[in-house]
Amino acid sequence: MDGYIIGTVIKAILILAVISALAGFGTYIERKVLAFVQRRLGPMHVGPFGLLQILADGIKLFTKEDFIPSGANRIVFMIAPAITAATAFIALAAVPLLPEFEIFGVTIKPIVSDLNIGLLFVIAMMGVGLYGPLLAGMAQENKWGIIGSARTAIQFLSYEVVTGLSLLAPIMMVGSLSLIDFNEYQAGGIGNWIVWTQPLAFILFLISGFAETNRTPFDLLENEAEVISGYATEYSGMRWGMFFIGEYANMITIGFLAALIFLGGFNPLGFIPGGIAIILKVSFFFFLMLWVRSAWPHIRPDQLMWLCWKVLMPLAVINILVTGIVMMV
Amino acid sequence: MDLENLKDRNIGEQKYRMLDLEPTPTTGWGKFKRVLRRSVKLELLVGLKVTIREMFKALFMGEMHTVKYPFEKLPISPRYRAIHEMKRLLESGHYRCIGCGLCEKICISDCIRMDTRYDENQRKEVSEYTINFGRCIFCGYCAEVCPELAIVHGGRYETASEQRASFSLFEDMLTPIDKLKEQKEYPGFGAVSPNADENIKPTPLAY
Repeated sequence: MDGYIIGTVIKAILILAVISALAGFGTYIERKVLAFVQRRLGPMHVGPFGLLQILADGIKLFTKEDFIPSGANRIVFMIAPAITAATAFIALAAVPLLPEFEIFGVTIKPIVSDLNIGLLFVIAMMGVGLYGPLLAGMAQENKWGIIGSARTAIQFLSYEVVTGLSLLAPIMMVGSLSLIDFNEYQAGGIGNWIVWTQPLAFILFLISGFAETNRTPFDLLENEAEVISGYATEYSGMRWGMFFIGEYANMITIGFLAALIFLGGFNPLGFIPGGIAIILKVSFFFFLMLWVRSAWPHIRPDQLMWLCWKVLMPLAVINILVTGIVMMV
Repeated sequence: MDLENLKDRNIGEQKYRMLDLEPTPTTGWGKFKRVLRRSVKLELLVGLKVTIREMFKALFMGEMHTVKYPFEKLPISPRYRAIHEMKRLLESGHYRCIGCGLCEKICISDCIRMDTRYDENQRKEVSEYTINFGRCIFCGYCAEVCPELAIVHGGRYETASEQRASFSLFEDMLTPIDKLKEQKEYPGFGAVSPNADENIKPTPLAY
Protein backbone atom coordinates (compact mmCIF):
# COMPACT_ATOMS: atom_id res chain seq x y z
CA MET A 1 0.00 0.00 0.00
CA ASP A 2 2.83 2.36 0.88
CA GLY A 3 4.51 1.46 -2.37
CA TYR A 4 1.31 2.28 -4.22
CA ILE A 5 1.05 5.71 -2.60
CA ILE A 6 4.70 6.53 -3.20
CA GLY A 7 4.47 5.31 -6.77
CA THR A 8 1.39 7.40 -7.42
CA VAL A 9 3.01 10.49 -5.95
CA ILE A 10 6.10 9.96 -8.06
CA LYS A 11 3.98 9.47 -11.17
CA ALA A 12 1.95 12.60 -10.42
CA ILE A 13 5.08 14.69 -9.90
CA LEU A 14 6.66 13.27 -13.05
CA ILE A 15 3.58 14.03 -15.14
CA LEU A 16 3.40 17.53 -13.71
CA ALA A 17 7.07 18.17 -14.45
CA VAL A 18 7.17 16.56 -17.88
CA ILE A 19 3.92 18.03 -19.14
CA SER A 20 4.72 21.54 -17.94
CA ALA A 21 8.13 21.26 -19.58
CA LEU A 22 6.41 20.02 -22.72
CA ALA A 23 3.99 22.94 -22.52
CA GLY A 24 6.97 25.29 -22.53
CA PHE A 25 8.50 23.34 -25.36
CA GLY A 26 5.15 23.54 -27.13
CA THR A 27 5.37 27.32 -27.26
CA TYR A 28 8.76 26.97 -28.92
CA ILE A 29 7.43 24.43 -31.41
CA GLU A 30 4.44 26.61 -32.14
CA ARG A 31 6.59 29.62 -32.87
CA LYS A 32 8.93 27.58 -35.03
CA VAL A 33 6.20 25.87 -37.04
CA LEU A 34 4.28 29.08 -37.63
CA ALA A 35 7.52 30.75 -38.65
CA PHE A 36 8.40 28.01 -41.14
CA VAL A 37 4.95 28.14 -42.64
CA GLN A 38 5.44 31.85 -43.22
CA ARG A 39 8.98 31.15 -44.48
CA ARG A 40 10.56 32.86 -41.50
CA LEU A 41 13.16 31.44 -39.13
CA GLY A 42 11.43 31.82 -35.78
CA PRO A 43 13.44 32.08 -32.57
CA MET A 44 17.08 31.71 -33.55
CA HIS A 45 19.47 33.56 -31.32
CA VAL A 46 19.03 32.31 -27.75
CA GLY A 47 20.86 29.01 -27.58
CA PRO A 48 21.16 26.45 -30.38
CA PHE A 49 18.26 26.93 -32.82
CA GLY A 50 16.72 29.30 -30.29
CA LEU A 51 15.99 26.43 -27.89
CA LEU A 52 16.89 28.42 -24.79
CA GLN A 53 14.20 30.93 -25.73
CA ILE A 54 11.89 28.80 -23.55
CA LEU A 55 14.19 29.41 -20.61
CA ALA A 56 14.36 33.12 -21.36
CA ASP A 57 10.57 33.31 -21.54
CA GLY A 58 10.36 31.41 -18.26
CA ILE A 59 12.72 33.84 -16.55
CA LYS A 60 10.70 36.71 -17.92
CA LEU A 61 7.41 35.24 -16.70
CA PHE A 62 8.75 34.45 -13.24
CA THR A 63 10.37 37.81 -12.63
CA LYS A 64 7.55 39.93 -13.97
CA GLU A 65 5.53 41.98 -11.52
CA ASP A 66 2.56 40.08 -10.16
CA PHE A 67 -0.08 42.69 -10.66
CA ILE A 68 -3.57 42.67 -9.18
CA PRO A 69 -5.84 45.50 -10.28
CA SER A 70 -7.34 47.56 -7.46
CA GLY A 71 -10.95 46.90 -8.50
CA ALA A 72 -10.50 43.17 -8.77
CA ASN A 73 -11.82 40.55 -6.44
CA ARG A 74 -8.42 39.59 -5.06
CA ILE A 75 -9.01 36.03 -3.93
CA VAL A 76 -10.87 34.91 -7.03
CA PHE A 77 -8.39 36.73 -9.21
CA MET A 78 -5.54 34.90 -7.54
CA ILE A 79 -6.97 31.37 -7.62
CA ALA A 80 -8.49 31.45 -11.11
CA PRO A 81 -5.25 30.64 -13.01
CA ALA A 82 -4.57 27.81 -10.59
CA ILE A 83 -7.94 26.28 -11.50
CA THR A 84 -7.05 26.24 -15.18
CA ALA A 85 -3.61 24.74 -14.65
CA ALA A 86 -4.74 22.29 -11.99
CA THR A 87 -7.72 20.91 -13.92
CA ALA A 88 -5.59 20.52 -17.01
CA PHE A 89 -3.14 18.37 -15.06
CA ILE A 90 -5.79 16.50 -13.08
CA ALA A 91 -7.40 15.51 -16.35
CA LEU A 92 -4.17 13.78 -17.30
CA ALA A 93 -4.39 11.58 -14.20
CA ALA A 94 -6.72 9.10 -15.90
CA VAL A 95 -4.91 9.12 -19.23
CA PRO A 96 -2.46 6.28 -19.87
CA LEU A 97 0.48 8.10 -21.37
CA LEU A 98 2.70 5.18 -22.40
CA PRO A 99 2.45 1.38 -22.49
CA GLU A 100 3.50 -0.58 -19.41
CA PHE A 101 7.22 -0.97 -19.02
CA GLU A 102 9.59 -2.55 -16.56
CA ILE A 103 12.28 -0.70 -14.66
CA PHE A 104 14.45 -2.27 -11.91
CA GLY A 105 12.22 -5.36 -12.05
CA VAL A 106 9.08 -3.39 -11.27
CA THR A 107 6.27 -3.21 -13.79
CA ILE A 108 5.12 0.38 -14.09
CA LYS A 109 1.83 1.51 -15.53
CA PRO A 110 2.32 5.08 -16.74
CA ILE A 111 -1.12 6.15 -15.57
CA VAL A 112 -1.69 7.80 -12.23
CA SER A 113 -5.00 6.11 -11.64
CA ASP A 114 -6.74 3.61 -13.92
CA LEU A 115 -10.29 4.70 -13.16
CA ASN A 116 -13.07 2.62 -14.59
CA ILE A 117 -14.75 5.88 -15.59
CA GLY A 118 -11.49 7.33 -16.94
CA LEU A 119 -12.90 9.00 -20.02
CA LEU A 120 -15.78 10.54 -18.12
CA PHE A 121 -13.29 11.84 -15.55
CA VAL A 122 -11.11 13.44 -18.21
CA ILE A 123 -14.07 15.08 -19.94
CA ALA A 124 -15.43 16.26 -16.58
CA MET A 125 -12.09 17.74 -15.59
CA MET A 126 -11.78 19.56 -18.87
CA GLY A 127 -15.29 20.83 -18.23
CA VAL A 128 -14.32 22.08 -14.79
CA GLY A 129 -11.49 23.90 -16.54
CA LEU A 130 -14.17 26.31 -17.69
CA TYR A 131 -14.15 27.88 -14.24
CA GLY A 132 -10.60 29.18 -14.63
CA PRO A 133 -11.27 31.59 -17.50
CA LEU A 134 -14.80 32.28 -16.31
CA LEU A 135 -13.82 33.35 -12.79
CA ALA A 136 -10.72 35.15 -14.07
CA GLY A 137 -12.75 37.25 -16.44
CA MET A 138 -15.40 38.06 -13.88
CA ALA A 139 -12.97 38.86 -11.07
CA GLN A 140 -10.81 41.40 -12.85
CA GLU A 141 -13.29 44.29 -13.35
CA ASN A 142 -12.48 44.78 -16.98
CA LYS A 143 -15.00 44.81 -19.77
CA TRP A 144 -12.78 42.78 -22.07
CA GLY A 145 -12.40 40.24 -19.31
CA ILE A 146 -16.17 39.99 -18.93
CA ILE A 147 -16.66 39.58 -22.67
CA GLY A 148 -13.89 37.02 -22.77
CA SER A 149 -15.34 35.01 -19.92
CA ALA A 150 -18.81 35.16 -21.46
CA ARG A 151 -17.37 33.79 -24.66
CA THR A 152 -15.54 31.13 -22.66
CA ALA A 153 -18.77 30.06 -21.05
CA ILE A 154 -20.75 29.76 -24.28
CA GLN A 155 -17.92 28.12 -26.21
CA PHE A 156 -16.86 25.56 -23.61
CA LEU A 157 -20.38 24.64 -22.56
CA SER A 158 -21.58 24.27 -26.14
CA TYR A 159 -18.65 22.25 -27.36
CA GLU A 160 -18.65 19.96 -24.33
CA VAL A 161 -21.96 18.71 -25.67
CA VAL A 162 -20.34 17.84 -28.97
CA THR A 163 -17.33 16.24 -27.29
CA GLY A 164 -19.51 14.08 -25.11
CA LEU A 165 -21.90 13.06 -27.87
CA SER A 166 -19.13 12.32 -30.34
CA LEU A 167 -17.35 10.11 -27.81
CA LEU A 168 -20.56 8.28 -26.99
CA ALA A 169 -20.46 6.19 -30.17
CA PRO A 170 -16.94 4.80 -29.54
CA ILE A 171 -17.90 4.23 -25.90
CA MET A 172 -20.89 2.21 -27.06
CA MET A 173 -18.65 0.10 -29.28
CA VAL A 174 -16.00 -0.51 -26.64
CA GLY A 175 -18.43 -0.87 -23.78
CA SER A 176 -16.13 0.76 -21.25
CA LEU A 177 -15.04 4.19 -20.12
CA SER A 178 -11.52 3.21 -19.21
CA LEU A 179 -8.98 4.44 -21.69
CA ILE A 180 -6.92 1.30 -21.23
CA ASP A 181 -9.90 -0.71 -22.44
CA PHE A 182 -10.09 1.57 -25.46
CA ASN A 183 -6.47 0.82 -26.13
CA GLU A 184 -6.94 -2.92 -25.83
CA TYR A 185 -10.00 -2.83 -28.09
CA GLN A 186 -7.73 -1.60 -30.90
CA ALA A 187 -4.88 -4.00 -30.18
CA GLY A 188 -5.17 -5.81 -33.52
CA GLY A 189 -3.26 -3.33 -35.64
CA ILE A 190 -4.19 -0.47 -37.90
CA GLY A 191 -7.30 -2.22 -39.23
CA ASN A 192 -8.80 -2.25 -35.74
CA TRP A 193 -8.53 1.47 -35.16
CA ILE A 194 -11.84 3.04 -34.19
CA VAL A 195 -11.25 5.86 -36.66
CA TRP A 196 -12.20 3.50 -39.51
CA THR A 197 -15.53 2.56 -37.96
CA GLN A 198 -16.23 6.00 -36.47
CA PRO A 199 -14.76 8.56 -38.89
CA LEU A 200 -17.51 11.07 -38.22
CA ALA A 201 -17.04 10.82 -34.48
CA PHE A 202 -13.32 11.34 -34.98
CA ILE A 203 -13.83 14.53 -36.97
CA LEU A 204 -16.43 15.82 -34.52
CA PHE A 205 -14.13 15.09 -31.60
CA LEU A 206 -11.26 16.89 -33.30
CA ILE A 207 -13.38 19.95 -34.04
CA SER A 208 -14.74 20.16 -30.52
CA GLY A 209 -11.27 19.45 -29.15
CA PHE A 210 -9.98 22.48 -31.02
CA ALA A 211 -12.82 24.51 -29.52
CA GLU A 212 -12.20 23.27 -26.00
CA THR A 213 -8.50 23.99 -26.13
CA ASN A 214 -9.15 27.42 -27.60
CA ARG A 215 -7.22 26.73 -30.80
CA THR A 216 -7.43 28.80 -33.89
CA PRO A 217 -10.61 28.35 -35.82
CA PHE A 218 -12.29 28.86 -32.45
CA ASP A 219 -9.87 31.13 -30.60
CA LEU A 220 -12.49 33.63 -29.58
CA LEU A 221 -11.64 33.66 -25.87
CA GLU A 222 -8.54 35.77 -26.07
CA ASN A 223 -8.73 37.17 -29.51
CA GLU A 224 -6.53 40.23 -29.51
CA ALA A 225 -8.26 42.04 -32.34
CA GLU A 226 -11.65 41.91 -30.67
CA VAL A 227 -11.35 41.49 -26.91
CA ILE A 228 -7.70 42.45 -26.22
CA SER A 229 -6.79 39.26 -24.41
CA GLY A 230 -10.21 38.17 -23.22
CA TYR A 231 -10.21 36.65 -19.76
CA ALA A 232 -6.44 37.12 -19.44
CA THR A 233 -6.45 40.87 -20.07
CA GLU A 234 -5.40 41.95 -16.59
CA TYR A 235 -3.10 39.02 -15.91
CA SER A 236 0.65 39.21 -16.02
CA GLY A 237 3.66 37.22 -15.00
CA MET A 238 3.27 33.71 -13.70
CA ARG A 239 -0.49 33.92 -13.27
CA TRP A 240 -0.83 34.47 -16.97
CA GLY A 241 1.78 31.76 -17.47
CA MET A 242 -0.44 29.31 -15.59
CA PHE A 243 -3.27 29.96 -18.03
CA PHE A 244 -0.81 29.35 -20.79
CA ILE A 245 0.52 26.12 -19.33
CA GLY A 246 -3.03 24.94 -18.73
CA GLU A 247 -3.94 25.63 -22.32
CA TYR A 248 -0.95 23.74 -23.67
CA ALA A 249 -1.50 20.87 -21.24
CA ASN A 250 -5.07 20.70 -22.54
CA MET A 251 -3.77 20.53 -26.08
CA ILE A 252 -1.57 17.60 -25.09
CA THR A 253 -4.51 15.94 -23.32
CA ILE A 254 -6.71 16.27 -26.39
CA GLY A 255 -3.89 14.84 -28.47
CA PHE A 256 -3.62 11.85 -26.12
CA LEU A 257 -7.37 11.34 -26.08
CA ALA A 258 -7.63 11.42 -29.87
CA ALA A 259 -4.71 9.03 -30.19
CA LEU A 260 -6.03 6.64 -27.54
CA ILE A 261 -9.66 6.61 -28.55
CA PHE A 262 -9.44 6.72 -32.31
CA LEU A 263 -5.92 5.98 -33.49
CA GLY A 264 -4.99 2.81 -31.68
CA GLY A 265 -3.38 4.30 -28.58
CA PHE A 266 -0.08 2.86 -27.50
CA ASN A 267 -0.31 -0.41 -29.38
CA PRO A 268 2.83 -1.20 -31.36
CA LEU A 269 2.55 0.07 -34.89
CA GLY A 270 4.32 -2.43 -37.14
CA PHE A 271 7.96 -2.23 -36.18
CA ILE A 272 7.45 0.92 -34.07
CA PRO A 273 7.11 0.11 -30.36
CA GLY A 274 3.97 1.35 -28.65
CA GLY A 275 5.57 4.10 -26.62
CA ILE A 276 7.09 5.71 -29.69
CA ALA A 277 3.86 5.18 -31.63
CA ILE A 278 1.71 7.14 -29.21
CA ILE A 279 4.27 9.91 -28.96
CA LEU A 280 4.24 10.16 -32.76
CA LYS A 281 0.45 10.28 -32.81
CA VAL A 282 0.25 12.96 -30.13
CA SER A 283 2.95 14.94 -31.92
CA PHE A 284 0.91 14.72 -35.10
CA PHE A 285 -2.16 16.10 -33.36
CA PHE A 286 -0.09 18.88 -31.79
CA PHE A 287 1.32 19.70 -35.20
CA LEU A 288 -2.16 19.58 -36.69
CA MET A 289 -3.30 22.26 -34.26
CA LEU A 290 -0.41 24.52 -35.29
CA TRP A 291 -0.93 23.69 -38.96
CA VAL A 292 -4.59 24.60 -38.78
CA ARG A 293 -3.70 27.78 -36.95
CA SER A 294 -1.39 28.76 -39.77
CA ALA A 295 -3.96 28.10 -42.48
CA TRP A 296 -7.43 29.04 -41.35
CA PRO A 297 -8.99 32.26 -40.15
CA HIS A 298 -11.06 32.12 -37.01
CA ILE A 299 -14.81 32.30 -37.14
CA ARG A 300 -17.36 34.70 -35.69
CA PRO A 301 -19.07 33.90 -32.38
CA ASP A 302 -22.43 33.48 -34.08
CA GLN A 303 -20.89 31.10 -36.60
CA LEU A 304 -19.35 29.23 -33.68
CA MET A 305 -22.76 28.71 -32.12
CA TRP A 306 -24.32 27.90 -35.49
CA LEU A 307 -21.64 25.29 -36.15
CA CYS A 308 -22.07 23.72 -32.74
CA TRP A 309 -25.82 23.53 -32.41
CA LYS A 310 -27.00 23.29 -35.99
CA VAL A 311 -24.29 21.15 -37.54
CA LEU A 312 -22.08 19.27 -35.13
CA MET A 313 -24.62 18.30 -32.49
CA PRO A 314 -27.19 16.90 -34.96
CA LEU A 315 -24.41 15.04 -36.73
CA ALA A 316 -23.22 13.59 -33.42
CA VAL A 317 -26.74 12.48 -32.53
CA ILE A 318 -27.21 10.90 -35.95
CA ASN A 319 -23.87 9.17 -35.54
CA ILE A 320 -24.96 7.71 -32.22
CA LEU A 321 -28.27 6.56 -33.71
CA VAL A 322 -26.59 4.89 -36.67
CA THR A 323 -24.02 3.26 -34.42
CA GLY A 324 -26.76 1.98 -32.15
CA ILE A 325 -28.79 0.59 -35.05
CA VAL A 326 -25.74 -1.11 -36.54
CA MET A 327 -24.84 -2.60 -33.16
CA MET A 328 -28.39 -3.87 -32.64
CA VAL A 329 -28.66 -5.48 -36.05
CA MET B 1 -6.48 68.77 -65.09
CA ASP B 2 -10.08 68.28 -64.17
CA LEU B 3 -11.20 65.55 -61.84
CA GLU B 4 -12.46 63.23 -64.57
CA ASN B 5 -9.13 63.24 -66.33
CA LEU B 6 -7.24 63.00 -63.07
CA LYS B 7 -9.06 59.84 -62.14
CA ASP B 8 -8.73 58.43 -65.63
CA ARG B 9 -5.03 59.05 -66.05
CA ASN B 10 -2.63 56.41 -67.05
CA ILE B 11 -2.73 53.97 -64.12
CA GLY B 12 -3.06 50.28 -64.83
CA GLU B 13 -5.06 48.71 -67.58
CA GLN B 14 -8.49 48.80 -65.93
CA LYS B 15 -9.06 45.26 -67.10
CA TYR B 16 -11.04 44.19 -64.09
CA ARG B 17 -12.74 40.84 -64.02
CA MET B 18 -15.58 39.81 -61.77
CA LEU B 19 -14.92 36.67 -59.77
CA ASP B 20 -17.38 34.01 -60.80
CA LEU B 21 -18.96 33.84 -57.38
CA GLU B 22 -22.24 32.06 -57.12
CA PRO B 23 -25.13 34.12 -55.78
CA THR B 24 -25.74 33.87 -52.05
CA PRO B 25 -28.56 31.41 -51.43
CA THR B 26 -31.64 32.89 -49.83
CA THR B 27 -33.77 29.86 -49.12
CA GLY B 28 -33.03 27.46 -46.31
CA TRP B 29 -32.69 24.57 -48.69
CA GLY B 30 -30.20 26.51 -50.81
CA LYS B 31 -28.12 27.35 -47.76
CA PHE B 32 -28.16 23.75 -46.66
CA LYS B 33 -27.03 22.61 -50.09
CA ARG B 34 -24.17 25.10 -50.07
CA VAL B 35 -22.98 23.97 -46.64
CA LEU B 36 -23.15 20.36 -47.74
CA ARG B 37 -21.30 21.04 -50.97
CA ARG B 38 -18.58 23.00 -49.22
CA SER B 39 -18.14 20.34 -46.55
CA VAL B 40 -17.96 17.44 -48.97
CA LYS B 41 -15.65 19.24 -51.41
CA LEU B 42 -13.19 19.66 -48.51
CA GLU B 43 -12.40 23.24 -49.45
CA LEU B 44 -10.75 23.71 -46.08
CA LEU B 45 -8.01 21.25 -46.95
CA VAL B 46 -6.81 23.52 -49.77
CA GLY B 47 -5.64 26.04 -47.19
CA LEU B 48 -3.81 23.33 -45.29
CA LYS B 49 -2.14 22.19 -48.48
CA VAL B 50 -0.90 25.68 -49.26
CA THR B 51 0.62 26.20 -45.83
CA ILE B 52 2.38 22.84 -45.73
CA ARG B 53 3.72 23.45 -49.24
CA GLU B 54 5.17 26.79 -48.16
CA MET B 55 6.68 25.12 -45.11
CA PHE B 56 8.40 22.46 -47.23
CA LYS B 57 9.63 25.11 -49.63
CA ALA B 58 11.10 27.09 -46.77
CA LEU B 59 12.70 24.16 -45.01
CA PHE B 60 13.98 21.97 -47.84
CA MET B 61 14.12 24.09 -50.95
CA GLY B 62 15.99 27.05 -49.54
CA GLU B 63 13.23 29.59 -50.01
CA MET B 64 13.43 31.07 -46.54
CA HIS B 65 12.67 34.75 -46.70
CA THR B 66 14.47 35.94 -43.63
CA VAL B 67 17.51 38.15 -44.03
CA LYS B 68 19.49 38.02 -40.80
CA TYR B 69 19.95 41.73 -40.95
CA PRO B 70 23.00 42.74 -38.99
CA PHE B 71 24.87 39.77 -40.48
CA GLU B 72 23.39 39.88 -43.95
CA LYS B 73 22.36 42.95 -45.89
CA LEU B 74 20.13 43.35 -48.86
CA PRO B 75 21.76 45.01 -51.88
CA ILE B 76 20.85 48.64 -52.29
CA SER B 77 20.59 50.65 -55.45
CA PRO B 78 23.77 52.43 -56.55
CA ARG B 79 21.65 55.56 -56.71
CA TYR B 80 20.66 55.22 -53.06
CA ARG B 81 20.84 58.51 -51.19
CA ALA B 82 22.40 57.96 -47.78
CA ILE B 83 25.24 59.67 -45.92
CA HIS B 84 27.25 61.94 -48.20
CA GLU B 85 30.69 61.21 -49.54
CA MET B 86 33.28 63.72 -50.64
CA LYS B 87 35.29 62.54 -53.64
CA ARG B 88 38.92 63.12 -54.52
CA LEU B 89 40.57 63.84 -57.83
CA LEU B 90 42.00 60.63 -59.17
CA GLU B 91 45.15 62.22 -60.56
CA SER B 92 46.37 64.32 -57.67
CA GLY B 93 44.47 62.88 -54.76
CA HIS B 94 43.35 66.39 -53.81
CA TYR B 95 39.73 66.77 -52.82
CA ARG B 96 37.48 67.87 -55.63
CA CYS B 97 35.59 70.51 -53.67
CA ILE B 98 36.41 73.97 -54.96
CA GLY B 99 34.56 75.79 -52.21
CA CYS B 100 32.01 77.37 -54.53
CA GLY B 101 29.27 77.18 -51.90
CA LEU B 102 26.51 76.11 -54.25
CA CYS B 103 25.56 73.15 -52.05
CA GLU B 104 25.32 75.44 -49.05
CA LYS B 105 23.14 77.79 -51.05
CA ILE B 106 20.78 75.21 -52.50
CA CYS B 107 20.32 73.09 -49.37
CA ILE B 108 16.61 73.38 -48.63
CA SER B 109 16.89 72.22 -45.07
CA ASP B 110 19.80 74.56 -44.52
CA CYS B 111 22.06 71.93 -43.04
CA ILE B 112 25.35 72.44 -44.94
CA ARG B 113 27.84 74.94 -43.53
CA MET B 114 31.15 75.67 -45.19
CA ASP B 115 33.98 78.08 -44.68
CA THR B 116 36.66 78.77 -47.22
CA ARG B 117 39.86 80.73 -47.44
CA TYR B 118 42.65 81.28 -49.95
CA ASP B 119 45.66 79.09 -49.45
CA GLU B 120 49.26 80.04 -50.24
CA ASN B 121 48.70 79.39 -53.96
CA GLN B 122 45.70 81.74 -53.98
CA ARG B 123 43.49 78.71 -54.48
CA LYS B 124 40.21 78.28 -52.62
CA GLU B 125 40.57 75.86 -49.76
CA VAL B 126 37.79 74.41 -47.65
CA SER B 127 38.59 75.11 -44.05
CA GLU B 128 35.30 74.00 -42.52
CA TYR B 129 32.66 71.76 -44.02
CA THR B 130 29.92 70.16 -41.99
CA ILE B 131 26.51 68.69 -42.72
CA ASN B 132 23.98 68.64 -39.91
CA PHE B 133 22.44 65.23 -40.32
CA GLY B 134 19.78 66.05 -37.80
CA ARG B 135 18.33 68.32 -40.44
CA CYS B 136 19.38 66.73 -43.70
CA ILE B 137 16.46 65.23 -45.62
CA PHE B 138 18.68 63.47 -48.18
CA CYS B 139 16.98 65.21 -51.09
CA GLY B 140 20.10 65.04 -53.24
CA TYR B 141 20.10 68.68 -54.34
CA CYS B 142 23.67 69.21 -53.12
CA ALA B 143 24.89 66.30 -55.23
CA GLU B 144 22.91 67.53 -58.20
CA VAL B 145 24.15 71.09 -58.01
CA CYS B 146 27.80 70.29 -57.41
CA PRO B 147 29.72 71.28 -60.55
CA GLU B 148 32.72 69.13 -59.70
CA LEU B 149 30.93 65.88 -58.70
CA ALA B 150 32.63 66.43 -55.38
CA ILE B 151 29.75 65.87 -52.97
CA VAL B 152 27.67 62.80 -53.70
CA HIS B 153 25.54 60.37 -51.77
CA GLY B 154 26.97 57.11 -50.51
CA GLY B 155 25.48 53.86 -49.31
CA ARG B 156 25.98 54.20 -45.55
CA TYR B 157 22.43 53.99 -44.29
CA GLU B 158 23.12 52.77 -40.76
CA THR B 159 23.34 56.12 -39.09
CA ALA B 160 22.61 55.30 -35.48
CA SER B 161 25.36 56.87 -33.45
CA GLU B 162 26.12 58.54 -30.17
CA GLN B 163 26.90 61.77 -31.91
CA ARG B 164 25.81 63.21 -35.20
CA ALA B 165 29.29 64.62 -35.52
CA SER B 166 30.56 61.11 -36.16
CA PHE B 167 29.39 61.37 -39.73
CA SER B 168 29.28 65.00 -40.54
CA LEU B 169 32.85 66.28 -40.69
CA PHE B 170 34.58 66.85 -43.99
CA GLU B 171 37.35 64.38 -43.19
CA ASP B 172 34.85 61.65 -42.32
CA MET B 173 33.07 61.99 -45.63
CA LEU B 174 36.20 62.36 -47.73
CA THR B 175 37.53 59.25 -49.46
CA PRO B 176 40.54 58.07 -47.48
CA ILE B 177 43.72 58.74 -49.46
CA ASP B 178 44.78 55.10 -49.37
CA LYS B 179 41.40 54.00 -50.74
CA LEU B 180 41.70 56.35 -53.68
CA LYS B 181 41.99 53.53 -56.19
CA GLU B 182 38.69 52.09 -55.02
CA GLN B 183 36.84 55.34 -55.39
CA LYS B 184 33.80 54.94 -57.61
CA GLU B 185 31.77 57.54 -59.40
CA TYR B 186 28.25 58.02 -58.18
CA PRO B 187 25.59 57.19 -60.80
CA GLY B 188 22.79 58.98 -59.01
CA PHE B 189 21.75 62.60 -58.69
CA GLY B 190 24.11 65.06 -60.35
CA ALA B 191 26.13 62.43 -62.18
CA VAL B 192 27.12 62.87 -65.77
CA SER B 193 24.50 61.32 -68.01
CA PRO B 194 25.61 58.38 -70.18
CA ASN B 195 25.14 60.38 -73.35
CA ALA B 196 26.88 63.48 -72.04
CA ASP B 197 29.37 63.59 -74.91
CA GLU B 198 26.62 63.77 -77.51
CA ASN B 199 24.96 66.61 -75.68
CA ILE B 200 28.03 68.83 -75.78
CA LYS B 201 27.76 71.46 -78.49
CA PRO B 202 30.62 73.62 -79.62
CA THR B 203 30.44 77.09 -78.19
CA PRO B 204 29.31 79.48 -80.90
CA LEU B 205 32.04 82.03 -81.36
CA ALA B 206 30.07 84.70 -83.06
CA TYR B 207 27.39 86.39 -81.01
